[in-house]
Amino acid sequence: MTTAEPTDTAETTHRITLKINGRAYKQDVEPRKMLAYAIRDTGLRGTHVGCDSSSCGCCVVVLDGDTPVKSCTMFAVQAEGREITTVEGLGAPGALHPLQQAFWDQHGLQCGYCTPGMLMTSYAMLQHHTDPTDQEVREFLGGNLCRCTGYNNIVKAVQQAAQALRDDQAGKLDTLAAAATGGSQ
Amino acid sequence: MFPAAFEYVRAHSAEEALSLLAQHGSDARILAGGQSLIPAMRYRLARPTVLVDIGPLKELKYLRDDGPGGFLRVGAMTADMTLERDKHVRARYSLLTDTSDVVADPVVRCVGTVVGSLCHNDPSGDWGAAALAARAVMVVRGKDGEREIPIDEWLVDSFQTALQEGEMAVEVRFPTPDARTQGAYQKIERKVGDYATAAAAVQLTVDEAGRVTHAGVALTAAGPRPVRVDAAERILVGQTLSENLIRAASDEARAISEPFADTRGGVDYKKDMARVLVARGLRKAAGRLNLDLGASA
Ligand SMILES: Cc1cc2nc3c(=O)[nH]c(=O)nc-3n(C[C@H](O)[C@H](O)[C@H](O)COP(=O)(O)OP(=O)(O)OC[C@H]3O[C@@H](n4cnc5c(N)ncnc54)[C@H](O)[C@@H]3O)c2cc1C
Ligand code: FES
Ligand code: FES
Repeated sequence: MTTAEPTDTAETTHRITLKINGRAYKQDVEPRKMLAYAIRDTGLRGTHVGCDSSSCGCCVVVLDGDTPVKSCTMFAVQAEGREITTVEGLGAPGALHPLQQAFWDQHGLQCGYCTPGMLMTSYAMLQHHTDPTDQEVREFLGGNLCRCTGYNNIVKAVQQAAQALRDDQAGKLDTLAAAATGGSQ
Repeated sequence: MFPAAFEYVRAHSAEEALSLLAQHGSDARILAGGQSLIPAMRYRLARPTVLVDIGPLKELKYLRDDGPGGFLRVGAMTADMTLERDKHVRARYSLLTDTSDVVADPVVRCVGTVVGSLCHNDPSGDWGAAALAARAVMVVRGKDGEREIPIDEWLVDSFQTALQEGEMAVEVRFPTPDARTQGAYQKIERKVGDYATAAAAVQLTVDEAGRVTHAGVALTAAGPRPVRVDAAERILVGQTLSENLIRAASDEARAISEPFADTRGGVDYKKDMARVLVARGLRKAAGRLNLDLGASA
């Protein structure tokens, strides 16, 4: 099923290439087509549309590795040439990203509708802020609404992931240092 | 809802953006972060027929401080979050960081720009009052070159600015504060990312004796455009800050405030909040200047 197209068209379409999770997808789009719909039309359905009016954060994807954006409030044509990361780009069953693992472990979801947006917003935050306080996590996720879980487990999950990523980073640095000095572990 | 149909063109330089604007005339609009324009188009409150996207223009993404006597220059594509994360700005520009901390939600702030907000000139937008209190200057480019417009003249009316056809804004400048300048932005909102029920921006400069040499006071959501409270500024300048002075100045904010009643509150409540928020802002700025309000009461 594809998204309902607007009816009063009188405009040119643009052939664009969306680079999503490292793969290129070609599409013919009207300029007014929202990025969220263009992403879903590639078959990647992890990006959810909740309010469709920039208020709930369900549709957040990450641009160029660290900038979260509500994809219901960006035109697909604007994303041409940029790196888009969606929830499918984080990890896969059996190889979950630390954030996904943490949402699982901490029971950071119920229905899961808001979860892709929560994950992508948290992912973007952790690129800039590796050791956030609970308050900072709450503030950064302020534009992401969840109707069922209550936010406590989500905050716990982001903290668990932040810790895991810091440990991982430290581990990598140790290995690099060991390699640089010719030592072994 | 999908927006009405439009044509999309991407500018590859500021010069190209200007020639595209010239080519398409009054139908064309600049698309910056899109955080006000796109929702407006989706609700069909705006129906531009041509969008000139300046989003990718790196030349408009900058934050530069000239230092004493100069300006903090914020490029047209510089997002709110860039200011918010900048350690220098956080340390020196209390009014600006207070403001960027409460505009919309962080995801919107990662994309929305300060200049875009000032071009939109929503009377409920937060940057208008902050820019008035800080005495900002807009820099606008057209085919005949650049012009600088003091913020008071820039913010003409609801959703109207001094921008002329064929022009684009390239920068907003905030005078570099000296060590004895501090400000604050105070806002009441119903939830994170909501427009203000009421909000106030203040900025004070004091001399060595603690006397106010310069004051900026302005209100958000208190009329058809962001408003400067000149009467409060006049009361403050030349005086030593005290609770009595704060009361007198904030009473002027209540008097000048002309809010609309809406789901966020009634007229009287909002007028009163304008007073309360100016008083809180002045106390916060005083605290940041290490002024002792008690001693001089
Ligand atoms: C969920 C949500 C909540 C919000 N809450 C708040 C809030 O609490 N407070 C607040 O102040 N704002 C709020 N906003 C509005 C938004 O944050 C700002 O208005 C926004 O940052 C505008 O910047 P922009 O770059 O996105 O502008 P755009 O949306 O791209 O443009 C806005 C207007 O300015 C014009 N324009 C932009 N740049 C230029 C330029 N360089 N030259 C000439 N014209 C230009 C455009 O043509 C358009 O008319 C909210 C928005 C959303 C989606
Ligand atoms: S669907 Fe985009 S913010 Fe709600
Ligand atoms: S888990 Fe159901 S909306 Fe968040």
